[in-house]
Amino acid sequence: MWAPRTLLALALSPAFSPYVAGQMAPVLTVVPQPTVKVSKTGTATITLKASLPTGYHANTNKPTEEYLIPMTLKWTGGPLQMESIEYPKGGLEKYPFSDKPLSVVTGEFSITTKFKVPAGAQTGPGAQVGTLRYQACDNKACYPPKNVPVNVTVHIE
Amino acid sequence: MNSVNNPPTKLVRTAGRMALALIVSVGLGTVACAPQEPPRKAVKDDKDRKPAPEFELKDASGKVVKLADYKGKVVLLDFWATWCGPCAIEIPWFVEFQRKYKDQGFEVLGISMDDDGWKAVTPFVTAKKINYRVVQGNDATGDLYGGVEALPTTFVIDREGRIASVHIGLSSRKDFEDAIEQLLQPAGVGSPNAAGPGAKPGL
Repeated sequence: MWAPRTLLALALSPAFSPYVAGQMAPVLTVVPQPTVKVSKTGTATITLKASLPTGYHANTNKPTEEYLIPMTLKWTGGPLQMESIEYPKGGLEKYPFSDKPLSVVTGEFSITTKFKVPAGAQTGPGAQVGTLRYQACDNKACYPPKNVPVNVTVHIE
Repeated sequence: MNSVNNPPTKLVRTAGRMALALIVSVGLGTVACAPQEPPRKAVKDDKDRKPAPEFELKDASGKVVKLADYKGKVVLLDFWATWCGPCAIEIPWFVEFQRKYKDQGFEVLGISMDDDGWKAVTPFVTAKKINYRVVQGNDATGDLYGGVEALPTTFVIDREGRIASVHIGLSSRKDFEDAIEQLLQPAGVGSPNAAGPGAKPGL
């Protein structure tokens, strides 16, 4: 009779995977932002808080290898004018599939964008919209790049 | 020290030897009677294999490539992308498999899942000296194979066009090679599951 350990090993064997494929990409979660209030002559900061499930990592904005897809945040519309983006620094981690440590983020992280109010901006509410693009992996596999829509309510006073 | 002149010492030695023999025999018995883990199978049993879904995709020259083109061959079908680190580990193995087993009726077929298409793939193919055909895949191709999300995902397909093993994520070179060698064997050689009664080795 086979020991439970043997049965477990068989169940985990790739050749006997119960599914053909179907291992799903990890979902990066962006915490909804509260309304950002800014004066007509002022500046604003939007800090996006995001997280990846345990066991997954995503490349930082400055990956250590040329072939890796960097994390990028693109603001595509809204009443504010972007000045700078500060990406998470992440950390250097070693994985079985890379000779060198990779620059990655794991768990919770933040991306901070500084804006200014352009001259002639109208007062009132508006939506600052953009896309956070990331590409994640775990210890053994990588997942296609994903785009997460970002939408932050802005109120120019 | 003379044991004849020291009976207690002889007794102790004899007892020690008996104890040692007992320990050894119990140990061997334990090993012999322990449930043995069966050797890990490289491929699914013949009855459990399902047909590999057919597809038509284009290679870098624009030529349409169909899975049916590979009928009668053992095929290693690799879903990969240029941005995938684990894929880059496996690809040199596949280059070597292509060289080593091609004459025995084996082919590697790479399906790139890069959104950027040949602009990204062609330089990679050149840099890695890929010696097998690569086609451009898409989500629909992945869906045909159960929704390929994790890369690499590699299917080893038998001569009858059935999926004999699936490898999700970075696998071991030995796992691939064991599967290929088993599937390349003529029917009835090696494993009773290597091919069914309808197998047509050599085609």
